[in-house]
Amino acid sequence: METRHRELDPDLFRSADIDAQEGERIAGPPVGFWRDSWNRLKKNRGALISLAVLVAVFAVAFVIGPLVALHSPYDQSMSQRYLGPTSDYWFGTDKFGRDMWTRVWAGTRVSIYIGLLAALLDIFVGVVYGAVSGFSGGKTDDVMQRGIEILNGVPYLIVAILAMVVFKPGILTISIALGVTGWTFMARIVRGRMLQLKDQEFALASRSLGASGLRLVWKHLIPNSLGLIVINLMFTIPAAIFAEAFLSFIGLGIQVPEASLGSLISDGAAELRFHPYLLWLPAFVFCLLMLCFNLLGDGLRDALDPKMRK
Amino acid sequence: MIRYVARRIVYMFIALFIIVSITFFISKALPGDPFSDPKLTPRIREQLYEKYGLDEPLYVQYAKYMANVAQGNLGNSYFLESRPVSQLILQRLPISAFIGIQAVIFGLVIGMVLGIVAALWHNTLWDTLAVVVAILGVSVPSFVLAPVLQYWLGLKLGWFPVAYFENWIYSVLPSLALSVFVVSTVARFMRTEMLEVIGQDYITLAKAKGLSGLAVILKHVIRNAMIPLVTVMAPLTIYIITGSLVIEQIFVVPGVGELFVQSVVVNDYSVILGTTIFFSVLFILALLIQDILYGVIDPRIRVSGAKE
Repeated sequence: METRHRELDPDLFRSADIDAQEGERIAGPPVGFWRDSWNRLKKNRGALISLAVLVAVFAVAFVIGPLVALHSPYDQSMSQRYLGPTSDYWFGTDKFGRDMWTRVWAGTRVSIYIGLLAALLDIFVGVVYGAVSGFSGGKTDDVMQRGIEILNGVPYLIVAILAMVVFKPGILTISIALGVTGWTFMARIVRGRMLQLKDQEFALASRSLGASGLRLVWKHLIPNSLGLIVINLMFTIPAAIFAEAFLSFIGLGIQVPEASLGSLISDGAAELRFHPYLLWLPAFVFCLLMLCFNLLGDGLRDALDPKMRK
Repeated sequence: MIRYVARRIVYMFIALFIIVSITFFISKALPGDPFSDPKLTPRIREQLYEKYGLDEPLYVQYAKYMANVAQGNLGNSYFLESRPVSQLILQRLPISAFIGIQAVIFGLVIGMVLGIVAALWHNTLWDTLAVVVAILGVSVPSFVLAPVLQYWLGLKLGWFPVAYFENWIYSVLPSLALSVFVVSTVARFMRTEMLEVIGQDYITLAKAKGLSGLAVILKHVIRNAMIPLVTVMAPLTIYIITGSLVIEQIFVVPGVGELFVQSVVVNDYSVILGTTIFFSVLFILALLIQDILYGVIDPRIRVSGAKE
């Protein structure tokens, strides 16, 4: 092996000229947790594009779609059956001559509504359950955890199907069924986080200053778990959207004449041979929604919790 | 270890007991009963009620049902020639199991290859390709993919039959539709685990010992990366079960999933109950095996689990 010879002179060993105060200098303005996360998210192109696409889909489904619609999603017209996309019917018409453009966006509204409602239930049931369980500890925690273990024993779609046959099938029942079963994962995560946080110094400090348990959880422990909660929500939402479409696909979800992306896909699949656009359009919107939520979820996970990034 | 397994099994039975009770009372609360046909005269209806024990008080029905379930007797179907539910399930199980297991094996092999390739050629075109496949596989649900496969591979190209089940060739499309999710889940998982393991000290050590690159990858990286794959077992079981509900509908496969959906449509209580219990047993068993395997592989889990 060859080593380069280098002249060593005392000059190389002089102590460097460093200002003792240099370490104290603040290089930039302080950056908070959310700001920092946003900066990280901004670097993730896939997540940003997904966010933009989602906003666009929301806008079209709720505002633009209904505003520019020429037909009602329920009007049947037997003389206008199976029209492919035309200038009058942009997405064509189905077997009853109903306008697919408005039906697809009505279905998208159902999907988005289900996703958001599942997220709310996740927050109000999952987070609260997890927080109470983790914070109380001891016997309460034991009992609550066994409860979750039992709920976890049944595949949630089966619970949803059973709930669906007990109550009237519809949007509300789907939401309830999802709320009953969909929050257990969130509860586990929040509980674990509570166990980890509640004995840390800042929690002790707050307690020794006389904070009540409720205040401690609400002001300190929950805000410190928010990143984790947001990440989980981003995976709950597509799961709920999927579950609704699944139920509607096998005919146990949204009932006619209402439209859901699942029921539209199911109808389209039956007509794939001769009228493929009936499948492609709702399937495309559905896959786009799922894809964007998944990509945004991945991006948020990387942004909010860089340690989890792999 | 034995205490840990015993504890898990006790929980399993408690969970099963509660699940069976809940499904029993839910099915009793179902609107409409199987004999609500207005064409039946009250006398015939009474006889039917008597035959199936529906005229007894609820708690008697409950006690009888629980005793029967404990003996593996899930009652008789209200339709389908009053055949025993357990017989119906067992008869249809081989088909569902075959399609499901074939999908899992296919998904595991392809998914692992994709994940390994992506990790070994990290940040190259191969990696991007694998990640795109994985994300698409999670986003395109099986009930969109299945009709497309049916149309394209079955109808257009005529390679595979599009529906029913007679021999192996009929299982290809259903298994393929089911496996896409497995492929993407496993590929994603394998990729992250491989990347994690490659960075570990013991890999550097193996290289420093003078092992060839291939030996390091085969003996150390892939082996260690596969261990956490055990944790996807339970989620995959759920996925295969719920997936079978819709896949069997689409391909008209006479399996357990199709039986369940049909029984819900016609309010066949005992079949709904029986299949729900059956699915729950499968799932809880998968959870149990997963936990035990994980405890065997990684002692840290066992210890922290025992402390809980």
